[in-house]
Amino acid sequence: MPVSDNDVADVSREPVAVDHHESTLRSRRRGPYDGGPDMIQLLDPEGQRVLHGGAEEYAHHVDALTPEDLRGFYRDLVLVRRFDLEATALQRQGELGLWVSLLGQEASQIGCGRALRPQDHAFPGYREHGIAWCRGLDPMRLIAMYRGVDRCAWDPAEFGFHTYTIVIGNQALLGTGYAMGVQRDGAVGTGDPERDTAVVAFMGDGATAQGDINEAFVFAGVNDSPIVFFCQNNQWAISEPNERQMRSPIYKRADGFGFPGLRVDGNDVLATYAVTKEMMDRARSGQGPSLIEAWTYRMAAHTTSDDPTKYRFSADVELWKLRDPIARFKTWLAHEGHADGAFFKAVDAEADELAARVRTATVEMPDPGMDEIFDHVYVEPHAQVEQDRAALRAYLDSFEDEGVA
Amino acid sequence: MMAAQRMTIAKALNAALRKAMEADPKVLVQGEDVGKLGGVFRITEHLQKDFGEDRVMDTPLAESGIMGTAIGLALRGYRPVVEIQFDGFVYPAFDQIVSQLAKLHSRSRGAIKLPVVVRIPMGGGIGAVEHHSESNEAYFAHTLGLKVVFCSNPTDAYWMLQQAIASDDPIIFYEPKRRYHEKGEVDLDVPPTLDLFSARVVREGSDVTLACYGPMVKTCLDAAAVAAEEGRSLEVIDLRSVSPLDMPTLEASVRKTGRLVVVHEASGYVGMGAEIAARVTESCFYSLEAPVIRVTGWNAPYPPSKIEELFLPDLDRVLDGVDRALAH
Ligand SMILES: Cc1ncc(C[n+]2csc(CCOP(=O)(O)OP(=O)(O)O)c2C)c(N)n1
Ligand SMILES: [Mg+2]
Repeated sequence: MPVSDNDVADVSREPVAVDHHESTLRSRRRGPYDGGPDMIQLLDPEGQRVLHGGAEEYAHHVDALTPEDLRGFYRDLVLVRRFDLEATALQRQGELGLWVSLLGQEASQIGCGRALRPQDHAFPGYREHGIAWCRGLDPMRLIAMYRGVDRCAWDPAEFGFHTYTIVIGNQALLGTGYAMGVQRDGAVGTGDPERDTAVVAFMGDGATAQGDINEAFVFAGVNDSPIVFFCQNNQWAISEPNERQMRSPIYKRADGFGFPGLRVDGNDVLATYAVTKEMMDRARSGQGPSLIEAWTYRMAAHTTSDDPTKYRFSADVELWKLRDPIARFKTWLAHEGHADGAFFKAVDAEADELAARVRTATVEMPDPGMDEIFDHVYVEPHAQVEQDRAALRAYLDSFEDEGVA
Repeated sequence: MMAAQRMTIAKALNAALRKAMEADPKVLVQGEDVGKLGGVFRITEHLQKDFGEDRVMDTPLAESGIMGTAIGLALRGYRPVVEIQFDGFVYPAFDQIVSQLAKLHSRSRGAIKLPVVVRIPMGGGIGAVEHHSESNEAYFAHTLGLKVVFCSNPTDAYWMLQQAIASDDPIIFYEPKRRYHEKGEVDLDVPPTLDLFSARVVREGSDVTLACYGPMVKTCLDAAAVAAEEGRSLEVIDLRSVSPLDMPTLEASVRKTGRLVVVHEASGYVGMGAEIAARVTESCFYSLEAPVIRVTGWNAPYPPSKIEELFLPDLDRVLDGVDRALAH
């Protein structure tokens, strides 16, 4: 049974009433829970299969999944959460400069990530560890960035996964331009599933306020580009709730830019998979962009530097615990007989191994040398950069001569 | 009457905002997370509770929007103080700052005044991820129509911010974020005799002048203390303002010492040191015993934090610069 609307206790954030159009809060008051009547849901918080918000249209993508696929989703969810928790612990112990937790958003990312094809290209923000996982990136690459060892040292072309982007919103325009390139390459609408390509660009709820995001919507709309904008609405932009960023639900905004917008239960991995699959297929077949708003919740602090007790109620967090993405999926898998106790145990053991591997590899990760400062500033050498490289080397050598370093 | 109090730079900035808001109902604060949270560095802590949401605004996450609306509010007679969350996030606002904030006064032949303060926590040394450790003062100093200042200690934090808010010109107000928690005595009652754009000689000396600002002032003072043990007398000048530059104070010092080392975190290439070196060479050529030396961040983007100490000028690199100045 869905959590009732009355359980949404926090009305203190209610904005000044806006009569002329629907506010986000108002849409919250109408079930299945506070995501409103349009929220697409296939699996409710109790682990029951449901068809909410027009889910009928998307359910066939789930029906096409094998039990093995479904067990794979579960494994992804558990391993990514475990990795994330381990990284948080490593930060607490001083091994990382910062960690940005995806706790609570696993289903948004795994469902989306598993709907991508190898030739697709993803443009993440800084919290998309689950997408990175689905793209085959070694999680240690993410650790390296947050440890302060590099700034995202992977080749995006190798993984179909762009570097993390910290400046809010920048990546949406990059993704749109990339999608425009895909169009010019004739890699849309050929009907060849190995060739047709789509792009997915990620953003948060707060990011939707940025000019870059809105400009990306304009460019994608005008060009009919093969891109899916995937917005994880985790309800918070650091300390600011949705009400500080918008007066109309995110998914409804797409209409004004001329493409479809959908809200999906971001804690329902079946729904995020099905909806993303549908919209990516649509983009690949040449029908243009779309916006998916995944309705979810940031269960942890914004980052390890943040203290959410300053601005939000723990009752909210408790409420969202009841909507946990992994618990409901596990219940359903067991109930359907797709997985048994032995399987769940094996996944837990694998999670322990992953955590241990991440811990060891982190602690042993060496610091970069001085050349990391100067390498790759340009393709061709730059005289003043090289002059400084030589100056720093001579300076460091001067300590060695003195036997200091 | 409040006596002198020991407080951090962060607390002094908070107290300055409070005082400015009490003194003038037109003073507003806006930025990301400045309300309930009090800003990610807590510089605006409790201000929303005490002055209300109309005066302390948690804005949408859009710097161009924050900047453009601040200018609009100023056009309507308000005195907005904008917080940019981190140095590297000012760029979405760059267009509004350069095209409107800096130019409306001259475009309107003086009819429009824009008393807007843009507070930017700046610089590295805090082990942060990319975009959180930048020194971008040269972009703004290069934009005439803006004034660009740095506080380096609690007293200046307290008084300079109030002076900036009282100024009718737009001011980029840099705060050395890695020094936020350093403490000092602040006399909350005695206004400074120094105006906002004057440099201060923070340590007198006779052999070499060190010119610096923001987070590097402490670094240079530490270097001067070590140099003194080695029998070298360094004069340290906290420039405080990089646009305009207080050339008379700098020139008087260089005429005395004959040697100048300029220190800043920003890369040297087309940085403030270049402007200062050119000016001092023009005005003090016959007093100089050595070329003006720059000790700066290297000519490269800010590196990953594990090696930021290699990038940032530190005590040893400042002393190395002093050695180079004295080698002539
Ligand atoms: C241009 C820019 N301004 C400010 C910031 C600082 N900042 C980092 S994350 C964040 C909030 C983002 O909220 P949201 O878009 O909802 O994403 P979430 O972190 O919740 O995933 C802010 C203000 C930034 N990274 N970039
Ligand atoms: Mg968010």
